[in-house]
Amino acid sequence: MNNIITLPILIPLLTGIFLIFFRSIPLQKWISAIALIVTTGVSAYIIHLISTHGILTLQLGGWEAPYGITLVADMFAALLVLTTAMVSLCCLYYAFGTVGKNRERFYFFSFFLFLVAGVNGSFFTGDIFNLFVCFELMLISSYVLLSLGGERIQLRETIKYLLINIISSMIFVLAIAYLYGITGTLNMADLSVKVAEIGQDGLLTTVSLLFLVVFGLKAALFLYFWLPGSYSAPPPAVAALFGALLTKVGIYAIFRTFTLIFYHQPEVTHTLMMWMAALTMILGTIGAVAHWDVKKIIVYNVIVAVGLIIFGLSVFSSVSLIGSLYYFVHDMIIKALLFLLAGAVIIIARTHKLHEISGLIRHHPYLGWLFFIAALSLAGIPPFGGFIGKVFITQGGLENGDYIVAGIGLFTSLLVLYSVMKIFLNGFWGETILSKKEEGKVKNVLLPCSILAALTILLGLGAEWTYVYFEQAVEGLMNPNFYIQAVLHD
Amino acid sequence: MKFSNVMLETATKIIIFIVLTFSTYLFFAGHHNPGGGFIGGLVMTAAIVLFYMTFDVVTAREVIPVNFRKIGAFGALIAVTTGVGSFLFDVPFLTQSFTYVDLPLFGETELATSLLFDVGVFLAVIGSVMTIILSISEDV
Repeated sequence: MNNIITLPILIPLLTGIFLIFFRSIPLQKWISAIALIVTTGVSAYIIHLISTHGILTLQLGGWEAPYGITLVADMFAALLVLTTAMVSLCCLYYAFGTVGKNRERFYFFSFFLFLVAGVNGSFFTGDIFNLFVCFELMLISSYVLLSLGGERIQLRETIKYLLINIISSMIFVLAIAYLYGITGTLNMADLSVKVAEIGQDGLLTTVSLLFLVVFGLKAALFLYFWLPGSYSAPPPAVAALFGALLTKVGIYAIFRTFTLIFYHQPEVTHTLMMWMAALTMILGTIGAVAHWDVKKIIVYNVIVAVGLIIFGLSVFSSVSLIGSLYYFVHDMIIKALLFLLAGAVIIIARTHKLHEISGLIRHHPYLGWLFFIAALSLAGIPPFGGFIGKVFITQGGLENGDYIVAGIGLFTSLLVLYSVMKIFLNGFWGETILSKKEEGKVKNVLLPCSILAALTILLGLGAEWTYVYFEQAVEGLMNPNFYIQAVLHD
Repeated sequence: MKFSNVMLETATKIIIFIVLTFSTYLFFAGHHNPGGGFIGGLVMTAAIVLFYMTFDVVTAREVIPVNFRKIGAFGALIAVTTGVGSFLFDVPFLTQSFTYVDLPLFGETELATSLLFDVGVFLAVIGSVMTIILSISEDV
């Protein structure tokens, strides 16, 4: 019995509810920051526990699996929960100075914390219907955060976002219903056993593809048409949270279902996934290179990364999975960092058109060099965090003989570097056209960005030290039996 | 324009008590039979909405001077806190227990901690549904 694994879900949830009773905004800020700091600490402790004791499970309410709902903390999920906690803490601090009174008064911090609770819940749940519930908790909070403030563009994009997500949630429930009709269970470990027993025939593979469509919509894997609009509408702190966390939960769900449950027909499912990933990378890069709008460039970069991570999964070897995982964690950090920095640029220059921004580095040297580090790390230049992920993914792809897609991965990395450097060269270098007085004021920007930059450097330089944890996570993904044993025979 | 509908007002004054009683019945029935906090809360909301519709919003606010947002949050807080209680007793999160108590008037009664959870759900449903309905009606 490990009640501790409920804490990363429970602390943000309870704090979020609690904040509704407090009118004082400074108090709300303090409490929410403390809650996320504690969550970070607990998540780190959970990782320590898993590395010494193996997978932790909790049968909620004492109802044994497969009948009750199980929470499962394996290394893969725990690493993501820790990253979530750290990234959301940085976004929260950034929000203190940039989000504005109008949003703060309408329960901004509560919904921020609910979103974190939903994300952590999705990572830790061991029940596929519960996964749906946590998805909804996360999505409902994201609807609120997206529309809060009520600017014209926000409302327009919220409606699109809402429609897409309601439809995909509907397909999600439909797919769960099919799966339940065929196997008679919802517990993921039990599903894995049942699917292996009856064999993954055409019918089950079709259901698995339905899941791929649903999660693909959430993760922006090929079905990303909704993303560029809605992610560029909210204020930077919220956009960073979305870019770092929301699509990642979709990717997590693809990882979970296709390594634990539907891993018997890789020639169908994983091949399809690989080509979806390749297309995602190509189309995302085209968007990032073509746009001259700071927000749009960053948003398209989210899409490219999704393709690369899923490519690592579709190759399905230990090496490529380790790469995927490194890149997964790296991408959560770096996307938050990029969104926050781009947000700062936009606030300072008062425009998001890159042609109208120039020479910011004169008054903001530190910000400029942080952006430079972020750009290098994003493209995978050593010694930063993105490098290790890309190396392993490419190595895995080449060993498996997928030369074309691995080549696409490398080529798009170059173009990604170009697209972000475009912001650096045009926005930070050049003639300084704004005097200090004309610039917009930013507060609370440098500290969270520095922390995130430090994390990405640590991830790169400390790879030797973190490798043990990632290796344990991948071992769990490659051997579904560990997960099944922990849930069903504990 | 202020309009009063004698038929509706008179009927409401009686019907509202029937609905409220039914809501309480459903709430307590929920432990073993169909019913429970969610459905009980919805029925009670129906009663409150009926009251709002028959008499005007200003009167209704005077009679029920509560902030429904806070009620909703309070309900959610109760529901989650009953789960947290499991930390104190060192049992899995959300574990419920029950006991039989001899109450005056009721005789031997089953008291369950899940009732507390249901109270939370009941309040959360009332709070959130009323908030939704009232904010939509304010818009028009």
